[in-house]
Amino acid sequence: MVKPKILVLSGYGINCEEETKFAFQVAGADADLVHINDLIQGCRKLLDYQILALPGGFSYGDDTGAGNALANRIKNHLESEIKAFIEDDNLVIGICNGFQVMANLGLLPALNNNYGERQVALVHNDSARYYNRWVDLEFKGSSPWVQNIGIISLPIAHGEGKFYTDVETLTQIKNKGLIAAQYVSGEICRYQSLKPNPNGSLEDIAAITDESGRIFGIMPHPERAICFTHLPSWTLLKEKAKRECKELPNEGPGLKIFRNAVKYFE
Amino acid sequence: MVHRIEISSKISDTRALVKKRKLESMGFKDRVNDINLVDVYTIDSEFNNGELAKIASMLVNPVFQKAAINESLFTEERFDYALEIGFLPGVTDNVGNTTKQGIEDLLKLNIPEQNVYSSQMFLLSGNLTREDVIKIGESLANPLIQRIHVKSYDEFREDNGMNLIIPKVRLYENSNVTLVDILNATDNELIIIGKKGIENSDGTRRGPLALDLSYMKTIQNYFAKQGRNPTDVELESIAQTWSEHCKHTIFADPIDDIKDGLYHTFIKAATNRIRREKGKKDFCVSVFTDNAGAIIFDDDYLVVDKVETHNSPCALDPFGGSITGIVGVNRDPLGFGLGAKPLTNRYGFCFADPNDEKPLYKGENFTQKMLSPRRIMEGVIEGVNAGGNCSGIPTTQGFIYFDERFKGKPLVFVGTVGLIPKEHNGIKLYEKSAHPGDHIVMIGGRVGKDGIHGATFSSEAIDSGSPATAVQIGDPITQKIFSDSIVKEARDLELYNSITDNGAGGLSCSIGEMAKECNGCYVELDKVPLKYTGLDPWEVFISESQERMTLAVPKEKWPEFYELMSRRGVEATIIGKFTDSGKCVVNYKNNTVMDIGMEFLHNGLPPRPMKTSFNPKRHYEPDIPLLEDLTETLHSMLRRLNIASFEFISQQYDHEVQGGSVIKPLQGRGRINEDATVTRPVLNSKKGVVTSQGINPSYSDIDTYNMAACAIDTAIRNTIAVGANLDHLALLDNFCWCSSDEPERLGQLKRAAQACYDYSVAYGTPYISGKDSMFNDFKGYDENGNPVKISVPPTLLVSSISVVDDVTKCVSLDAKFAGDLVYVLGDTNEELGASEYFAMIGERETGLKYIGNNVPRVDADKNKKLYRALSKAIDQEIVASAQSVNRGGLMVALAKTALGGKLGMNISLEKISGNTLRDDSALYSESQGRFVITINPSYKERFEKIMSRNSFAQVGSVLEDEKFIVKNKLGRNIIDTNIGIMMNSYKSTFAGY
Repeated sequence: MVKPKILVLSGYGINCEEETKFAFQVAGADADLVHINDLIQGCRKLLDYQILALPGGFSYGDDTGAGNALANRIKNHLESEIKAFIEDDNLVIGICNGFQVMANLGLLPALNNNYGERQVALVHNDSARYYNRWVDLEFKGSSPWVQNIGIISLPIAHGEGKFYTDVETLTQIKNKGLIAAQYVSGEICRYQSLKPNPNGSLEDIAAITDESGRIFGIMPHPERAICFTHLPSWTLLKEKAKRECKELPNEGPGLKIFRNAVKYFE
Repeated sequence: MVHRIEISSKISDTRALVKKRKLESMGFKDRVNDINLVDVYTIDSEFNNGELAKIASMLVNPVFQKAAINESLFTEERFDYALEIGFLPGVTDNVGNTTKQGIEDLLKLNIPEQNVYSSQMFLLSGNLTREDVIKIGESLANPLIQRIHVKSYDEFREDNGMNLIIPKVRLYENSNVTLVDILNATDNELIIIGKKGIENSDGTRRGPLALDLSYMKTIQNYFAKQGRNPTDVELESIAQTWSEHCKHTIFADPIDDIKDGLYHTFIKAATNRIRREKGKKDFCVSVFTDNAGAIIFDDDYLVVDKVETHNSPCALDPFGGSITGIVGVNRDPLGFGLGAKPLTNRYGFCFADPNDEKPLYKGENFTQKMLSPRRIMEGVIEGVNAGGNCSGIPTTQGFIYFDERFKGKPLVFVGTVGLIPKEHNGIKLYEKSAHPGDHIVMIGGRVGKDGIHGATFSSEAIDSGSPATAVQIGDPITQKIFSDSIVKEARDLELYNSITDNGAGGLSCSIGEMAKECNGCYVELDKVPLKYTGLDPWEVFISESQERMTLAVPKEKWPEFYELMSRRGVEATIIGKFTDSGKCVVNYKNNTVMDIGMEFLHNGLPPRPMKTSFNPKRHYEPDIPLLEDLTETLHSMLRRLNIASFEFISQQYDHEVQGGSVIKPLQGRGRINEDATVTRPVLNSKKGVVTSQGINPSYSDIDTYNMAACAIDTAIRNTIAVGANLDHLALLDNFCWCSSDEPERLGQLKRAAQACYDYSVAYGTPYISGKDSMFNDFKGYDENGNPVKISVPPTLLVSSISVVDDVTKCVSLDAKFAGDLVYVLGDTNEELGASEYFAMIGERETGLKYIGNNVPRVDADKNKKLYRALSKAIDQEIVASAQSVNRGGLMVALAKTALGGKLGMNISLEKISGNTLRDDSALYSESQGRFVITINPSYKERFEKIMSRNSFAQVGSVLEDEKFIVKNKLGRNIIDTNIGIMMNSYKSTFAGY
């Protein structure tokens, strides 16, 4: 089996690139960190890769709106490369700030094949404050990224993560099955008495895809849930496992998403 | 031509709603009906309509926003007042900078000077007067860095919107070098120059050099030998290099009969002795010499650590001060060795009670009002939020502490841990040395008047023209970009020989420090890239403009270095070369403006011996009535500012970025603040870094020796509780003192330093880095206009860092299962002096805190044995939860354990070890060296065997339900409550924050 090659984008305040690369590696892929300027200058080629990952971070410090300035830089320089990349049978993931960039680029949901048109937005949380906690997510839909996951817990860390769009677009997203994950009440919400929806997202939307299902944007951070010790409740789960004479798990729930992507190329 | 683009939200804007709630809490309840928030971009450039439309579409998100170009969207909508807040000239405008870059990229232009200025406009509807709106503006803006502008609706309509304001820096000085006549100056004149600064041509003075007469005379002698007067560049540079901030003279100079000074005698000597005694087990690698201290992490990596303070700036501009602080301390790891990657941030904030609304004034007659404690607190918290989150460095660990004496000046501690490989291609990355002939290279931001006192600006804006001082505001993104290109690329390409941070003293200090490595430098000041023209050479040399590093780049590596930096969007400029001339020479426009021997510059300052006094005070010993039922006392304690949950801070600081989070800042079902956190820096390794802190300012009211001892014990104990290893544990000291020119304060300092030696040696925990801030005093006027001096209590923050081999063995504070056994480890003695309990009862009975006299004492030998025993139990994985007993004593530790698990407890004080005479002292004594732990009952025997020969007692068990009951030694219930009510108490204090 040939391992898929992952391009993990870096630069201008992206800051989750190393753990994103690590997550793909653990999932069995080859991943390279590539600075956006090296793509722009052509020293690295997007089409040498099968998966493009836009990691989380604070590109351009969120100035002029989260993800907006980096999206503009991509639009100004890499529009045709991205277009060619997504026309091939490749995968794209945007996590947190990467999702915000993709929304601003119009890669998501790109209803009716309108790639490049901004159709959804991630706006300030209802609290108008940055928020880092864990959430429970129900994954759904036919995207290769989200198969056989069900309900898992992942962390969020964002100030502008409230999913917003107009009623008509929302209806289409729902009807076409483009909602990839929704905030629900599960293990973590019960564990730490938290409300399911952390930011006021419409329809509790945490992740969506385009109509092909290959382009996937998610506000929570699966790359921060790769190990068992990432879980906020791991010390309790460890005690429980010990008392039940069970093995301690090694992995965290977020790994499933990266495994799904690697599996797509098997 | 000036253009204005306004962006507003088409949907309900949560930022506006939150502002509205804030105004309501400020006394505008039912008076502000609606707020509309508009982001404004003012562009000072010729652009045609097509270009402007493109720029606007770059700035607006059509999904939920609309844009207007050179017109207002709001002339037709009804509101009552428009309030605009923008920056003053010269203040860092990050949004403006990003927008400028975006325009350059969009239109393929190169715009040489800043031409975009961001501001925010609030459209307010409600029952408001102009004075109300100005008051609202003042509550949202800081006059030191921002301007406010108010128009009524009618004015707004008539003028077709707000005015076009360009906060551009315009300097009218000539860039001159002047000679300062000190050769012929009398002592009195020298004193004035040292105190008030160099005289300008108009007779005003440039601001303090902080050089006293002994220093001025030394300088006079030096230049007399040279046969000339110094230039202003020289005098200003010496002042920077010799400042307390850079040379730490109070810690370095002789004090009483301690010839080598406190630092050498008590801090450095402790580390040297510990390292010697550890022999082959010494884990220190680089201590005291570099920007941060380094210890071994594993065979391949080192972890480095540094903690700084940024107190004075935070009093004036809390947001700007704290963001500059956190982003600044990130540069210490970056400037360690050849560059360590920032790994985690930590913080510690000492504030006055945020509910204290009595104003303070800096000036007489109610002028120069200081910001309120609440605003300082909110601004400081927000600054670290913006700086830490934006930089992609997890802010994992910290504390808040309150005392009324932090009202004049808060203490704002910020620290950064970094990770660096030991070697790369055989090169030791923790060492560095500039070589003669290397280029002096400055990277990052440009130089402006930032951080130079007394700098005067003028502006072409109509109504913002009053002179203003430039306050530094951190720009985390500029720094993130060069940080990545240095530690993730250039370092391992071996493109430079040395690197250091530009912090205090700017280039004069960074180049001066690096020049020590090769013994000389030659600087060409006119090559330094500037934010705007018109700076004097001395200003360029000492400016503290942020986000800059200085590097020594070998000539042959320069092309590759420059090419890499350009590709990453980092400005890199050669501004001179390193030499071995033995001199620091500075050139400006073909004139030598500085030529001083390196030896004099760095070591020329004469020692100033100090005398101390020590007069221990006897305080009133409180006689508190005995209560039968202490339930309400418990709830009051949990609501105390110093005890209550500050989860609102932990949650707004990203503590998981970089993917290494293990023990998070909030633990358990109850989301309880954890005293220590654990991070895995190398993602495929099980090893972890543990960090914590200890601070007890109130104990200084009784004795600074014990204050320091307790801070050390607390910092160590907290890390032990989560699983740290005492044999691989290092400390950092941050002294924040007051009035350090008074013998009494120096006497307190000496005692604290003595304790630092005694206890670090006793525990075998070396200091690896430290910093001090010696004059945390406020002199001004109180709410009645009477003169007042507020000095912070002598404060020592001890930060701890340790390495654990297997993070899966780490332990959290929360009780895990009903039926588990609860133990108290260590002795509880009658030590309520300066405790939170005395403070609370004093405030209740008299309005003033009780102090008492029995301050906790530390028995390091006894504690060490206990800590090793607990570590052994944790290593054997038989401890289900562990909580170090800190401020608030046993009762608070028990409560946090129970609240963490949301499980009740049944506790009896009967068997508790130590000597206490009363129920309340057993509960609230702050004796050191204690833990509350829970274990699975099946480990009882094993655990007690490990603990044998230590003081410990099983005091109860974890309950299935929420009942929380404490019985006294006689078996009588003294507390009977439940977890739900306790949780409300613990979380209510900061619920609205």
